[in-house]
Amino acid sequence: MTRMLIRGGRILDPSEDRDEAGDVLIEAGTISEIAAGLDVPGAEVLDAKGAWVAPGFVDLHCHLREPGQEYKEDIASGGRAAVAGGFTAVACMANTQPVNDDPAMTDFILDRALHDSPARVYPVAAATRGLEGQVMTEMVALVDAGAVAFSDDGRTIMDSGVMRRVLDYSRLVAAPVIVHCEDRTLVSDGVVNEGPVSTKLGLPGNPAVAEIVHIHRDLLLAEQVGAHLHVAHVSTAGGVEAIRRARERGVQVTAEVTPHHLTLTDEATLGYDTNTKVAPPLRGEADVRACRAGLVDGTLDAIATDHAPHALHEKELDFASAPHGLIGLETAAAVVLDLVRSGELTPLEWVRRLSTNPARILRKSGGSLAVGASADLVVIDPERRWTYDPVKGHSKSRNSPWAGQTLTGRVVATVVGGRLVYHVDRGILV
Amino acid sequence: MIGRDLLGIEDLDRSDIERILQTAEHMGEIGEREVKKVPTLRGRTLVNLFFEPSTRTQTSFEIAGKRLSADVVNFSPRSSSLTKAESILDTARTLDAMDPDAVVVRHAVAGVPKRIADVLEAPVINAGDGAHEHPTQALLDLFTVRREKGRIDGLTVTIVGDIVHSRVARSNIYGFLKMGAEVRLAAPPPMIPAAVETLGVKAFTSLREALDGADVVMALRIQNERFAGSYFPSVREYAATFGIDRATLRYAKDDAIVMHPGPVNRGVELSHDLADHRPSVILDQVRNGVSIRMAVLYLISGRLHRGGVA
Repeated sequence: MTRMLIRGGRILDPSEDRDEAGDVLIEAGTISEIAAGLDVPGAEVLDAKGAWVAPGFVDLHCHLREPGQEYKEDIASGGRAAVAGGFTAVACMANTQPVNDDPAMTDFILDRALHDSPARVYPVAAATRGLEGQVMTEMVALVDAGAVAFSDDGRTIMDSGVMRRVLDYSRLVAAPVIVHCEDRTLVSDGVVNEGPVSTKLGLPGNPAVAEIVHIHRDLLLAEQVGAHLHVAHVSTAGGVEAIRRARERGVQVTAEVTPHHLTLTDEATLGYDTNTKVAPPLRGEADVRACRAGLVDGTLDAIATDHAPHALHEKELDFASAPHGLIGLETAAAVVLDLVRSGELTPLEWVRRLSTNPARILRKSGGSLAVGASADLVVIDPERRWTYDPVKGHSKSRNSPWAGQTLTGRVVATVVGGRLVYHVDRGILV
Repeated sequence: MIGRDLLGIEDLDRSDIERILQTAEHMGEIGEREVKKVPTLRGRTLVNLFFEPSTRTQTSFEIAGKRLSADVVNFSPRSSSLTKAESILDTARTLDAMDPDAVVVRHAVAGVPKRIADVLEAPVINAGDGAHEHPTQALLDLFTVRREKGRIDGLTVTIVGDIVHSRVARSNIYGFLKMGAEVRLAAPPPMIPAAVETLGVKAFTSLREALDGADVVMALRIQNERFAGSYFPSVREYAATFGIDRATLRYAKDDAIVMHPGPVNRGVELSHDLADHRPSVILDQVRNGVSIRMAVLYLISGRLHRGGVA
């Protein structure tokens, strides 16, 4: 029986409100003991001195591109990028080719993940067939096949009648419906946040109200039918406020925010770098502040990457034609450590938003270092500085706004099911 | 400082603009000679890279280059939104391998000249990018106003029309503000850009208020085929509320001049009569455009040695 001892770290387990120094013993893929000064002869020892030991991060939102667009990413490369970023599980969106709107496709993704990915993969199935916003998918069969949530993501369901029935029907399966809230008629041809920056750049603006209107609509619909709504990548102060009020009146809503919407403003787009083109767009200073405040007070439950790989030649198009999205699995933890350094989040609360809360939203295990839990965990050195070079990264794509930047905080090791799958000095180990 | 490239008026300071306008005065003299050609740029290759067709601007650059004896090559890649097989940066790298001395870029989307300049060895002159900038248009407008009024400092300039989609408006806002003028905008509200006051201008919905005491009235082209019915209800209503004719012009100063970057939709932005006669100076703008582009080519590619900037 393999045994691993993670020695000398600061243990951060939000599920048990634990924040203390100690050693973690893993046996047979599960956490068997946590104590100070453990001595286990024969165990593989992982030194975590000066580092944090936390339950593995769970990403609610990424795009793995397989099947159909393997030139951007596949389940294997996306899974490697995930564990290199400390994510032990990722939920992948349904906009593959073909779309994941059928149990056979969910099966395929899970099968590939089992063989190719060092991270656990949780398929999000389409909410409507072909992401066309008309006919709902077979949610019961999809959940039986392993789907964890339903979403048409960027193909926002504009028909309110369809959306209402999708939410209503989802009560049968008790899985969240994840919504990308942007009213497409208000977005129109907008590609950057509408405001001083869009005016200066001369690019069509995408107004904040496009998101706010749509969040209000979906909150009202979810409230009326009593379904679990999960709002993806909230980017506006108005959106945060809408969710805060809905939660106060008892709506079953959860929400996520991305590292880029927490740390970058639309000013990052001033040089026309298409790696800053993302949906919803990077917003102004006040919106960023509101998103951070929402994450701190719990209105926004989780940090999710919206890792969206695109090939170099696609991002080398003009700003209007280049696809939306940026990659984030490998940089997320370091980027959002900013909120710990600023004092907005304690390390424990930071882990809760990357791990415990997203696992809870998906109703999956994980997000816990309790004895008996599966040993999915991450070791992070919060002080380690490194320069991010996407060419040397594990994703197939390079579309990152952080390329070339020196970041502080690095994932040292990632363990999935008791197996060391990544170590910063040794790379991917499976 | 006039840099390696000319991507926008935003990047220039007042002394750069003065220098370009001064150089254009000299260039204008060349255009009045019997032989309208000087050897200044002999042996240099100027490429007009026009992703979006623009006969007027392209011809103006071509004439400017030829008057300075440059070899002018026109390159117009197919760039409809349906054919995206070649990225703009591929096009730029291909062009770069042919060693041009300066590249003039026009594209329907903002930011393309900047991104091309980032990869190209040769200097890039922006000939209009989306709704971002059209610096040589603003320079020729400044030149025209200075010739007419003897100064720019202290003037009131009112720009009327489709501001939100206009690169001409943005470049002129930067240019006139840097030269000390007051800039006002007037347009149907959906055609006023978000937070436009952050650029240092005041936006009006009343044409009459915007024109009150103006020295220069600049009307912008309305793409009525694209925007009638969405940004304003109809061409007729636009002409009635924001069209400039002799009656509305009475609100401006008695000696106000009327400008338009062309081509004019007659009877829409300007009355027929105004399009052709004083106080409009539309053909002077076109004529001055050649002088300005000669000045810009001279100042930018004139100091270029092969493979780098002197």
